[in-house]
Amino acid sequence: MRADAMSLTEPPFAGAESRVLVLLAHPALHKSRVNRRLADALRGLDGVTLHDLYDAYPDFDIDVRREQALLLAHPIVVWQHPLYWYSTPAMLKEWQDLVLEFDWAYGPRGRALEGKLLLQGITTGGRADAYQPGGFNERDLRGYLVPAERTARLCRMTYLPPFVTFGTHRMDEAAIVARAADWRALVVALRDGRVDPARVAALATLEATDLGA
Amino acid sequence: MGSMLAQAFVYLVAALVVVPFARWAGLGSVLGYLLGGVLIGPFGLGLVGEEGADVMHFAEFGVVMMLFLVGLELEPERLWRLRGPILGLGGLQVVGTAAALALPALAFGLPWQQAVALGLVLAMSSTAIALQSLAEKQLLKTDAGQKSFSVLLFQDIAVIPMLAGFPLLATVAVTAADDGHGGGSIVDHLLPWAHAGVVLAAILGVIGAGRFLVRPALRLIARSGLREMFTAASLVLVIGVTLLMTTVGLSPALGTFLAGVVLANSEYRHELESDIEPFKGLLLGLFFLAVGASIDFGLLVERPGVIVGLLVGVMAVKAGVLVALARGSGTPLGPSLLFAAALCQVGEFAFVLLSFTERGGVLPPEITRPMVAVTALSMAMSPLVLALWERAIAPRMRAGAGPEREADAVDEENAVIIAGYGRFGQIAGRLLRSVGHGVTVLDVDADQVEVLRRFGQKVYYGDGSRLDLLRAAGAGRAKLLIVAVDEPAKALEIVHTARRHFPGLKILARARGRAEAYELLDLGIEGVYRETYDTSLRVGVDALRLLGWHGHRAVRAARTFRRYDEDGLAEMARLRHDQAALVTTARERIRELEEILQADQAEAKELQADPGWDADGLRAAAQAAPRPER
Repeated sequence: MRADAMSLTEPPFAGAESRVLVLLAHPALHKSRVNRRLADALRGLDGVTLHDLYDAYPDFDIDVRREQALLLAHPIVVWQHPLYWYSTPAMLKEWQDLVLEFDWAYGPRGRALEGKLLLQGITTGGRADAYQPGGFNERDLRGYLVPAERTARLCRMTYLPPFVTFGTHRMDEAAIVARAADWRALVVALRDGRVDPARVAALATLEATDLGA
Repeated sequence: MGSMLAQAFVYLVAALVVVPFARWAGLGSVLGYLLGGVLIGPFGLGLVGEEGADVMHFAEFGVVMMLFLVGLELEPERLWRLRGPILGLGGLQVVGTAAALALPALAFGLPWQQAVALGLVLAMSSTAIALQSLAEKQLLKTDAGQKSFSVLLFQDIAVIPMLAGFPLLATVAVTAADDGHGGGSIVDHLLPWAHAGVVLAAILGVIGAGRFLVRPALRLIARSGLREMFTAASLVLVIGVTLLMTTVGLSPALGTFLAGVVLANSEYRHELESDIEPFKGLLLGLFFLAVGASIDFGLLVERPGVIVGLLVGVMAVKAGVLVALARGSGTPLGPSLLFAAALCQVGEFAFVLLSFTERGGVLPPEITRPMVAVTALSMAMSPLVLALWERAIAPRMRAGAGPEREADAVDEENAVIIAGYGRFGQIAGRLLRSVGHGVTVLDVDADQVEVLRRFGQKVYYGDGSRLDLLRAAGAGRAKLLIVAVDEPAKALEIVHTARRHFPGLKILARARGRAEAYELLDLGIEGVYRETYDTSLRVGVDALRLLGWHGHRAVRAARTFRRYDEDGLAEMARLRHDQAALVTTARERIRELEEILQADQAEAKELQADPGWDADGLRAAAQAAPRPER
């Protein structure tokens, strides 16, 4: 069954040395203004595997073994997605439910992901000031990302502060182009090992500019 | 020719007159046939069987057919699973009854060989009467019914060693030649051990031929696709075995029973069953008629005390042993009595064995003649005994304490039947099997059936539109019928038949295209599947993706398309009835295609506008409002 559809969904492995696995989760990429541009900014980067989950598994039939192999092959994992209802899109939740198996990703013998880095690249319609105590959403964004952070810890991964693009509804073309460059710069820095998890651990969010010269 | 037709006419009229009356009187069809036989027999109107042998000759073929069918029902595996009750209960019944009857025979001064042979012969019960009566009263599935079945089964099998072993018990010099059994046996003048050897060789021959000759032959015939050729082949098989068995001096009933068992595992089992079944129904009736006609009232009038004494004695001893066995195995009294009532007669095998023992010099005619009369009379009494049980015991049982234990599920009918196991049916079937749901498969492609069987699948040769075949495949108990044949007219026929006769059966059916789907939708079945629809839709999805569409978007578009299309299909199926003409001609199909395309155009806007994850409205609101959301 899968054989005849395989050629359509094979993720572009960026060579054997690929270091960063970007799991892109957007259910309607053709309607996306910002996420699509952020993803496009990563295309063609050496050492970065861009894996569009909604394209690879359009009917949600996730190939768990293949996903696990991809995880094993990359030391750095990125979830790139819009924030939907203070959470990931449904596909990325399904991915967690199925791929992060007991005694593989977590549990007493679950050490497959040990020591890997996890970064979330998030876009939100709401502006930064909506995510703060007393703001529209009543708490800061990290408060809503606790599930992802805990998931990383449970899987013995290191959770990096997220790369967040706030206020996408009001971004104009220039802002989007600039933001895409920021994202590309951060992913390249991750790929090149220029992100020291210990040094950035205290940050609320992560930008390429936080890494210094 | 004329006299044969006249005889057939008499038998059929007797059945038509007496049997419905007996059913109406609550006596069951078996007793009806028996009474009909008495009525037309030499001691009634004398319309048939001036010579009793003629009638019995007829009768034997009815039993032959029945035993072939009993054999067909007995897959070796099923036999194996029932081995406990069959060997335990059946073995004890035969041995116990034989002993209980041989002891008084010894006391009457018979040599031990004769006493043992007589005991064994009389231990046999009537499969025909017991199974037919129990089935008619719907008691076959009860605990007692299942026990009866097991015992009858053991007896059916026990006949083989008896036939093989009886020559060793011969004490009487064989004087009489063949007594009307025609054909002439080639073994009459052999020594007992040689006789036993020939019998064994014949049995092995039937088993070997059934396994290695008959199946390929049936496959060739099935490939011809002519149904009546298959019916002819079924009859040739039964008659052929009968002739072979007669030639070597064995019971034809036994031979066909064995042939049946050998073929029980074959893909042609259901087809053979439904071909033989009508013949068997009539011939079994004929058998009962013949038994009725053969009752020797002359002997009864001559020595009423002896005959009645023997009759009552034998039945009482048999019933006693049966009740003791059932009680011993933990069955309550009521069902134990049913068990006894069902099996306390002496069965048709006794006729066979008595004539065999007489010819083989095991028992003298002075013993076999009255015993034939006792056997026939006990068979005639049997329905009465069962009716008595039904009137006197059954009501009390229901009123009594514990509810009767639900019968063990002996049938292992599959919940799903798939009619048509080609490219289409196979995929659904493989899915069901892969998750552990057994399916019973019917297919008419002999080559295909053969291949599938080789891979260990349960596939039967046959056409699912035949009611008898559907029934034989277990449609009465199955939950689901998948109609996957490729010919639309045949599919409709199967659905019609199944709907009418098995209203509880859910049906999923394959349709070639829209026109065929309409017809099936009209029948209100659970599912209608256009055969190339899903595949074609998948091609559409992949085409969109190769054109650069995001995978999830393409799949959602196809889902929406499908929803509209299926709604449209259902609507057109309804509208169609308002139009005078049905869509049958090519021109009308083209016109319908136009309608569909127009509808597509009208829906195109909606199809293209997937409202999911639409941020436009949200964005507009966010830009208008001072505080953006989400």
